[in-house]
Amino acid sequence: MVSELLLPAAIITALAGAAAAMMLEKREERCLDVSFGAAAIVSLLILAVGLDVLLGSNLDLSIGQGIMVPTAPIIHLRVDKLSSLFLIALGVVGLAASVYSRGYAKEYSGHYSLARFGALFNLFILSLLLVFSASNLILFLVSWEFMSLTSFFLVIYEHRKEGTLRSGVLYLVMTHLGTAMIIAGLVPIALQAGSLEFSVMSGAGALMDPTVRSASFLLLFLGFGTKAGLVPLHAWLPQAHPAAPSSVSALMSGIMVKTAVFMLIRSVFDFLGSPTVWWGLLVLLVGAISALVGVLYALVERDMKKALAYSSIENVGIIMIALGASMVFLAYGFAQLAALALIAALLHSLYHALFKGLLFLGAGAVANATGTRDLERMGGLARKMKWTGAIFFVGVLSIAAIPPLNGFISEWLVFQSLFLSFSFSDVVVNLLLAAALGMLALTGALAAACFVRMYGTAFLARPRSSEAAEAKEVPKSMLAGMGVLAVLCILTGLLSASILPAIDSVSASVLHVSIRDSLSNGISIGTPGGNFSSMSPLLVAIVGVAVIVAVLYLTRFYGGRTKTTVSDTWDCGTPLTSRNEYTPTGFSQPVNRVFNVFYRSKPQITVLEERSPYLRKLSFSTSVPPMFERYLYDPIVKLVAGLAKRAGVIQTGSIQTYLAYIAVTLVVLLLLFR
Amino acid sequence: MNAVILPVIQALFVLAIAPLLTGIIRKLKAWMQSRRGPPLLQPYYDLYKLFRKDSVVSKDSSWMTTVAPYVCMTAMLVAALLVPVFVTESMGFMGDLIVVVYLFAMARLFMALAALDAGSTFGGMGSSREMLVSSLVEPTILLAIFTTALIAGTTNLGGISSAIASSGLDLVRPALFLAFAGFFIAVLAENARVPFDNPATHLELTMIHEGMLLEYSGKQLALMEWSSMTKLALFTVIAWNAFFPWGIALEAQPLPLLIGIVVIVAKMLVLVFAIALIESSIAKMRLFRLPNLLTGSLLLAFLAVMTFYVL
Repeated sequence: MVSELLLPAAIITALAGAAAAMMLEKREERCLDVSFGAAAIVSLLILAVGLDVLLGSNLDLSIGQGIMVPTAPIIHLRVDKLSSLFLIALGVVGLAASVYSRGYAKEYSGHYSLARFGALFNLFILSLLLVFSASNLILFLVSWEFMSLTSFFLVIYEHRKEGTLRSGVLYLVMTHLGTAMIIAGLVPIALQAGSLEFSVMSGAGALMDPTVRSASFLLLFLGFGTKAGLVPLHAWLPQAHPAAPSSVSALMSGIMVKTAVFMLIRSVFDFLGSPTVWWGLLVLLVGAISALVGVLYALVERDMKKALAYSSIENVGIIMIALGASMVFLAYGFAQLAALALIAALLHSLYHALFKGLLFLGAGAVANATGTRDLERMGGLARKMKWTGAIFFVGVLSIAAIPPLNGFISEWLVFQSLFLSFSFSDVVVNLLLAAALGMLALTGALAAACFVRMYGTAFLARPRSSEAAEAKEVPKSMLAGMGVLAVLCILTGLLSASILPAIDSVSASVLHVSIRDSLSNGISIGTPGGNFSSMSPLLVAIVGVAVIVAVLYLTRFYGGRTKTTVSDTWDCGTPLTSRNEYTPTGFSQPVNRVFNVFYRSKPQITVLEERSPYLRKLSFSTSVPPMFERYLYDPIVKLVAGLAKRAGVIQTGSIQTYLAYIAVTLVVLLLLFR
Repeated sequence: MNAVILPVIQALFVLAIAPLLTGIIRKLKAWMQSRRGPPLLQPYYDLYKLFRKDSVVSKDSSWMTTVAPYVCMTAMLVAALLVPVFVTESMGFMGDLIVVVYLFAMARLFMALAALDAGSTFGGMGSSREMLVSSLVEPTILLAIFTTALIAGTTNLGGISSAIASSGLDLVRPALFLAFAGFFIAVLAENARVPFDNPATHLELTMIHEGMLLEYSGKQLALMEWSSMTKLALFTVIAWNAFFPWGIALEAQPLPLLIGIVVIVAKMLVLVFAIALIESSIAKMRLFRLPNLLTGSLLLAFLAVMTFYVL
């Protein structure tokens, strides 16, 4: 098999790329060529490995057998169907981000070290590769930590910018809390299995004590939930993801968040055996709340990249809704429906990687061209940056779930799996799933509003600042990176019926149930259990194109040729400036008011100058208070800081005291473990 | 062959009858308000005229303004192909009710973006309000659909119609009525009718739907207006055929088809009369009172699901 060579080649290329980047620090152009060229090759190799395993058989790779421990290799990598799907996502987004970075990184020339960017970028992709393919608990934890650290250094890459270091530290703390819980969750399983190898840990949960098993699940859900940005453990995500360079944001939101989804699927379905009902309901509920909270914050956010980060929380929530539904179905013994829901979760993971990657790259292009991420200062960019505007719009259509683009297909499957929940007869569970359905629908509609707001205020109408008015199109390499993802967003949507059998093989490897025949017949997508529903994205697209051509032709033909005059916008007699158009804040103000129970924002109106009772100069400001930080994080931070102060009493600073501590501890330990 | 020809005929039927429905609503409203009102066929005259008029395009606008009318019309027509009108045959293999809902979402997205495109305050206002109203309506629509899908055992619209229509009164449950009530409020909201929006308003500040079309003229305006009328017609058809489809032709025979056409026209008239009655008897609500009504409709839809499981 070729992959046995490709996988080590990818690892070596990434390491070589990182080393070469550091060596070429002085020659910036060459450094960019080499480091992002290497990253692109690594991504292509990863993509090839992923495709090979997805369409072929699993790949096992052991390096250093018996060197340190007689029975186990030092590095044991294993790419199975589940890993291969995520590796494909990593390969595609990694490739687009590498190509894009070649042009994008020039912006940093003279401010920050390009070599460091190039090296860390390669190492970050390598760490993601290792997380997806590690087959041993120790190797996995090392890779997980490696991923957290490389991404941390990328988050603080623009360290001279205000707030970046703060975001970085928050990220570092949160990610380690998560890692601690992951270790605590995985160790009981490894103890039960008596081995650190994932292949032995598989199914070990079935033999565990139910209480320990549930505790293990909760710890893993909390740990991976932190990485996935599930509410209320999400606070770091909208700080850290936007702070990194945009191509890294794309990888973080598109892929790194999915490492949590990947490991959660592996832990719940593989390690812990079959889930219980309340696990599924918990995941479903947390997912639904995350989706709604994420989209509500995205809708009022002024910072373009932060809004995208909040939208990632929303989409992970949608994935969790599907995953939770799958767990509930499995617990009730409906294996086929569990497979459908799991396929929905996997497909949304893959598709979200594509369109969120695209949107983050697009936001980076906009930030590069205008020098700001503030939506209030943009406007009219679709005319200044024609290509970026068109490519970004594909991402908007995908994420707003417009048929037949890819975001719609996965959302359709999530809807269908919730619809099919009537199969079991527990009324409470039925109603909970119906409530989740309502929340998902609300989330979807709010997401559409959010992206109308983002696209409408950034790309349409008149520029609101001189920077936006003078924006120029970005370099071709950046357009190429975004273009790859945009084309894939369209193609994966249209060809979903052909992609689904492959996804089915992934879910079948996890659940041992294939629903291939009812899922797809090559043209249309269906659901298991008779003719519940079906649809065909390809046919919708073909018919849609035929109809739009007919409409265009008939409109032109009917009523004769008419003239089109370019003139002013209707202005009620006063000349229009950028101050007359709707701002992003204005656009979301109605939502802000309607959901004020949630936002709790209070507009501040202050009188600046009072000329007469009728003429006053006012200043208006409004902001959404960070509720989670204020009521959840701050008290915890205060508590920890307080405890640390108490514990500080024993820290006298004198060497003798510390030596006494050591002596006492040693004696106690000797007495205890004689 | 029927699987293609009948849906196309039905879609064209909806497209053709849509301006008439709008004309009837206006006429009925005029009668209820003791006016003589415009001719019944006035919407057709308007469209005829608009297709011959020159257009004015804002100098601040981009390709979005040009593209949106065609996309809106296309979305409506593709949706019309998926909806059974007088016979249960529709292109269900192409998409189910969820696809129809998201095709409407597609038209809305383009319309809302085109409204922002010219940089006019009124357009932005309309766009922002439309997105607010629609995001509150969509859960209602999907839960109502969920209810009827539960009852009929499919989300395919043709399947729902034939399952309920062919089973006599066996499938009639309280859930069906509750879901229909929720859906009807959603129809009013989605189609910019009173109490959500006033289609006859001339005051830009109160506009939602009209505000979004303010910059359009000529052929593009004709397309936008026609697609909105088609949307109303489609929603009335869905309201009947997804909840109370009795009378719809189950097979493509001359007599059932004839009955099907007569019945659906009669049913549309009933709904149109109800809309005219509501518009003449109650006033448009303030924007920030709308969420109350919409939460009410959401509750109705959720109760529908609940009664299905509990009763």
